[in-house]
Amino acid sequence: MIYLDHAATTPLRGEVRDAWLEAQGVGNASSVHGAGQRARRVLEEARERIATSLGCQPIEVVLTSGGTESVNLALKGLWSSRGPQRDTIVLPDGEHHASLDAASWLVAREGARVRSVALDRVGRIPEDAFREALDSSTALATALVAANETGTINDAPALSRAAAAAGVPLHLDAVAAAGHLAIEFSAWRGPAVAGAGLVALSISGHKLGAPVGTGALIVSRHAAPDPLLHGGGQQRGLRAGTQDVAGAVALATALELADAEREAENARLEELRSRFLATLGARLAEAVVLGDPDSHLPGTIHLHLPGAEGESLLFLLDQRGISVSTGSACQAGVAEPSHVVMALGYSAEAARQVLRISMGRTTSEADMDRLGEALVDDYSRLTHR
Amino acid sequence: MSGGVDSAVAAARAVEAGHEVVGVHLALSRAGGTLRTGSRGCCTVEDAMDARRVADKLGIPFYVWDFSERFRDDVIDDFISEYQAGRTPNPCMRCNEKIKFAALLERALELGFDAICTGHYATLVEGEDGLELHRSSEEAKDQSYVLGVLNAEQLRHCYFPLGTTPSKQIVRAEAEARGFSVAKKPDSYDICFIPDGDTRGYLAEKMGMEQGEILDRSGAVLGTHEGAHAFTVGQRKGLNIGRPAPDGKPRFVLEIRPVQNQVVVGPKEALAVSRISGSRYSWAGPAPRDTEFACEVQIRAHADPVPALAALEGGSLVITPEVPLDGVATGQTAVVYVGTRVVGQCTIDTTVSAVPVEA
Repeated sequence: MIYLDHAATTPLRGEVRDAWLEAQGVGNASSVHGAGQRARRVLEEARERIATSLGCQPIEVVLTSGGTESVNLALKGLWSSRGPQRDTIVLPDGEHHASLDAASWLVAREGARVRSVALDRVGRIPEDAFREALDSSTALATALVAANETGTINDAPALSRAAAAAGVPLHLDAVAAAGHLAIEFSAWRGPAVAGAGLVALSISGHKLGAPVGTGALIVSRHAAPDPLLHGGGQQRGLRAGTQDVAGAVALATALELADAEREAENARLEELRSRFLATLGARLAEAVVLGDPDSHLPGTIHLHLPGAEGESLLFLLDQRGISVSTGSACQAGVAEPSHVVMALGYSAEAARQVLRISMGRTTSEADMDRLGEALVDDYSRLTHR
Repeated sequence: MSGGVDSAVAAARAVEAGHEVVGVHLALSRAGGTLRTGSRGCCTVEDAMDARRVADKLGIPFYVWDFSERFRDDVIDDFISEYQAGRTPNPCMRCNEKIKFAALLERALELGFDAICTGHYATLVEGEDGLELHRSSEEAKDQSYVLGVLNAEQLRHCYFPLGTTPSKQIVRAEAEARGFSVAKKPDSYDICFIPDGDTRGYLAEKMGMEQGEILDRSGAVLGTHEGAHAFTVGQRKGLNIGRPAPDGKPRFVLEIRPVQNQVVVGPKEALAVSRISGSRYSWAGPAPRDTEFACEVQIRAHADPVPALAALEGGSLVITPEVPLDGVATGQTAVVYVGTRVVGQCTIDTTVSAVPVEA
């Protein structure tokens, strides 16, 4: 089995699993008694580790059930606590569905308006267009640090500065980026005034080798979004609910491992990627590599394969035991043509001829060689070349 | 695998027969619902999940494939344009003709498969001149009509494991025995892309409603309607003329004139049609040896077949029933049988009235 869909999820790392299991059954960190205090200690140590990894203060780490919850908390929470006369959400094209759908809901239910920002041809958010979209009617802005489909990396510091200058609260979706890029929340936020600039940042544990059900929303101490969950008032009242101590330990461990390996792993993946694309370019000239060639997540390869249905290629590769994706994760059980690819200017038809390959820690040179052979064979089979 | 009990049992039998089986759920509608809200409509997320769980139990791979764009082009758009032209379409025929046994079959063959297996109640029989399509062993659940539009090449890649099962009850019992949760799931009916069953409302939304005249056959205006597309030939209800006909008999829709947005009504006798023909026709297998032959014609999925003479004349399949047919709308499909064999079909584009208009 050759698994090449690490962007969808990546296997639970051994060290993370061990740390997670060890921390199970530690107790309720909110309890006043000794057992609770001990649990609390484990939890807060994990929180400090996460804060160190993401360049923020421990009090700014709000543990959640994952990326989707974090994004929802940010968008809905910031909307709900918005300033007066602010009714617009600045939403670049090609954001993840968690952002799109949360924004749609706010439009449908809360009277929000959306101002979109078009991506450039390589899927980047143009900083000047983003800046121009922000004004005194903006309730909040959101942007991907790195795109989950194309792998394109946006300029998070520049977007943060733009938001700060405009007095607009910004949420950054770092779900695809965390682990692969250094996240420096406080540095990116800079000296922005309270409630403006970078105020929130989402990450997801299972993208890093931590379990599904772990994640965090970094919320600046200078921001107070409304919570989604009301209850025991945990985590600054921003996320009620018994805290997942073991999950926090798992997340912290996964982040630290990623930090330690990042430079070497990125270099390794970039090498695998270049090698693969060079071979592909020679044997499958029709393939078009999407995304930014100079600024991308090294593990992500996003290909347009003209004349071949992504669904068909996925099937043939799957039959060979090679797991890849057609991009947009199943919406309601159906693979839709990727809105991200269409945001790059492709037609719906072309958007269905796309494959997303995402490498990870377990990916070897042999895996990529195998993929290359299979892809060339299967593509020519489908296009009769 | 639609998520219904028929395709579930068909899949199970295919696996048991030793074939290499992959389950596919077709995503045909973009505006798909989440939960099933009754028997109408099809292919909600819940239906897809039901199909998936059957595939899980059978241990076969399962995929959901998106044919919604082709479905929109070939089935839905055709449905609307036919009504706009004053005809009564059968979208299930178009779906079988263009999607299930065409677009899907193309992809299947491309991916190395040999056949499409469905839960249709119909049988394939090797005849003297080639593979033939026949009614199922149970007349009451026979679905050979909707498959009448398939050609020889398509039939070669079909597989209908349920065709020889004498009753639906047996299939349900088998599903139950196999532990399928869909054993008791009601059959879906009506048009899959109009889940609330309100075809009139759907067409009004897509085509707009415009008031027009209701006329009798002499051209006298009897009343008004809210949109000619809401009517179909043979329809009696919904005319709302207000006063009865001079002869006291109930009125039926005889003709729809979309360009003038008019509906022509008259007595039941005027519905009688002595001849139907269609220039779009096909043979379900080998073409008949004679250009004229005795047959039975069926003009709706649940209509009784009636004896008739079928002939090829001037590029059309012309069918002359022994006794005039009532309420035949252009756009409908006429399927021609010889014994239990589906010989072929045509989309009716012309009907000849059996009754002259009184002066």
